[in-house]
Amino acid sequence: MTEQTLTRGEPHATALTPDPAQLESWRALRARLADAPPAERAAALATAARQTRRSVVRMIDSAGQGHIGGDFSVTDILTTLYAYVLRLDPGEPERAGRDRFILSKGHCAASLYSTLAYSGYFAPRELATFMQPLSALNGHPNRTTVPGVETNTGPLGHGLPVAVGEAIGARLTGSDARVFVVMGDGELQEGSNWEALMAASQYRLDNLVVIVDRNRLQQGARTEETNALDPLDEKLASFGCEVRVSDGHDFAALIEAFRPAERGGPVAVIANTIKGKGVSFMEDRAEWHHKVPNAEQVRQALEELA
Amino acid sequence: MTIASAQEKTALPTYDNRTAFADELIALAREDERIVAVCNDSVGSSNLVAFRDEFPDRLINVGIAEQNMVGVGAGLAASGLVPFVCGAAPFLTGRSLEQVKADVAYSQHPVILCGMSPGMAYGQLGPTHHSVEDLSWLRALPGLDIVVPADRRQTRQAVRAAAAEPRPTFIRVGRHKVPDVTSESDVLERGRMLTARPGDDVTFIVTGTLVSRALEAADRLAGSGLRARVLNAAYIAPFDTDALASAARETRAIVTAEEANVAGGLGAAVASHVGTLEREARVPLRILGLTEFAPTGNTDFLLEYFGLTAAGLAEAAREALAHD
Repeated sequence: MTEQTLTRGEPHATALTPDPAQLESWRALRARLADAPPAERAAALATAARQTRRSVVRMIDSAGQGHIGGDFSVTDILTTLYAYVLRLDPGEPERAGRDRFILSKGHCAASLYSTLAYSGYFAPRELATFMQPLSALNGHPNRTTVPGVETNTGPLGHGLPVAVGEAIGARLTGSDARVFVVMGDGELQEGSNWEALMAASQYRLDNLVVIVDRNRLQQGARTEETNALDPLDEKLASFGCEVRVSDGHDFAALIEAFRPAERGGPVAVIANTIKGKGVSFMEDRAEWHHKVPNAEQVRQALEELA
Repeated sequence: MTIASAQEKTALPTYDNRTAFADELIALAREDERIVAVCNDSVGSSNLVAFRDEFPDRLINVGIAEQNMVGVGAGLAASGLVPFVCGAAPFLTGRSLEQVKADVAYSQHPVILCGMSPGMAYGQLGPTHHSVEDLSWLRALPGLDIVVPADRRQTRQAVRAAAAEPRPTFIRVGRHKVPDVTSESDVLERGRMLTARPGDDVTFIVTGTLVSRALEAADRLAGSGLRARVLNAAYIAPFDTDALASAARETRAIVTAEEANVAGGLGAAVASHVGTLEREARVPLRILGLTEFAPTGNTDFLLEYFGLTAAGLAEAAREALAHD
């Protein structure tokens, strides 16, 4: 980490820039996956996802804070998107016509930052600054300091309306870009999402893909015991979405679920996931929403993710 | 408090700024295809009917859903468009305040938020429909310009400036009719107050509907041999601390007046800066505005109720000077 002096009123963080070596390795992976047979593709994505999860463990260990459970439930989705699905160039983050991605559940920033770094948006060594004073890598994503972040998230219920605006914007500017947004399932309790879904349906936004990270746990309890979402597929369908239910940890299934819309409106993917996925003692346990592993747990987690 | 029954009337013709807003937006849209309008069902009250007729694809009506409306605006801005997001000011700011904070100001998406019918323009519809907290709420957000045009010309200039160099901006588009207070040579400059009248005894720092009233108050004071400076604070943020400091040094008192709550708006901006000046410049200050939820009444009545009239401003000036 580079030393910085605190000067109030000036940009807090050094802007991150694309990392040439990492960019090259990401491009090689993309090229390989594009032509690989499905089994080989899934194996390569699984390897990349394990790398991201190990990174998340180290970041949260070092920061002493984070949301590890949700980071792990969304990791396979992020990996699939950045290593295979999204049409974009991390070497040119603002390129016109790029596919857009918004992590509406912004508290899972560690997983997003790791995915972006391994995609070449910035050097992976920067991940060590996560949540340190004046780091670009805040506890919630900030587009003004992190290349690849399209809009600032953190308060829940913000990403989907912005994604709807981007989808309308793509249409108005004649771009064939698609807009992907990942929501937490508990996040769907925010009313703004349903406003946005109504508009997405009204505008027949077939370039919008709403992905629900359906890990069934919110901060302190199960979603169904708090403010039940089921039958979520029927709710989303009644709001005009083309609903696809997928195993959120099956790479081939996710790729299939992220295919273009077929019914002329927004696509909603309910990705059934496991909070804490990948580390035995964290899986499907509410306390790992934002619990920080101790030294022994860090060692064991890294071992399981090796 | 005694309320005079007669409402002050000005002899000058008065105008609803929404007309100038709509005309300029359409003119801009003809020149620049990035211009789009977003509204919350308020096609009529935001005066967007003609815009819709001419650019049906470029008017995005998200229905009665302000949180989504502001988020959609941010997404459109992120797509390289220049969105003018229009809605009645109380709902645009209050209902979607967190979206304005996170999606517009903090994200630095260049969205132009157009708060229609601000202040107490909705009169008898009551405090739910008054937008008198907007200046306080929005002034707390770094990176957001706040513009309060005082007449038709400034409204057009504000719209044009926002499109020329898009940045997160809130424009208060007045509905309560006001006379023209600027002239051809008055150019709206970002972060600058306009000197509507020079003077060196007392300074009125006023905004929006209060500019014409301050000019009238200055006329009244002139009758007593007092020369009042009138500064039209079209920009609440960024705020013109240079012109404020000059006023504090060159005149003996400052009176601010705004069609907004006194907690946190224009008057608060003035007070917090005057307090940082050298002792000699810390002149007596009077902050006029709302101090409670308004009772029932039409806009003119309510402005009078809160002392936001030429008489009220002149009285505040005399009182402040008496403390000099």
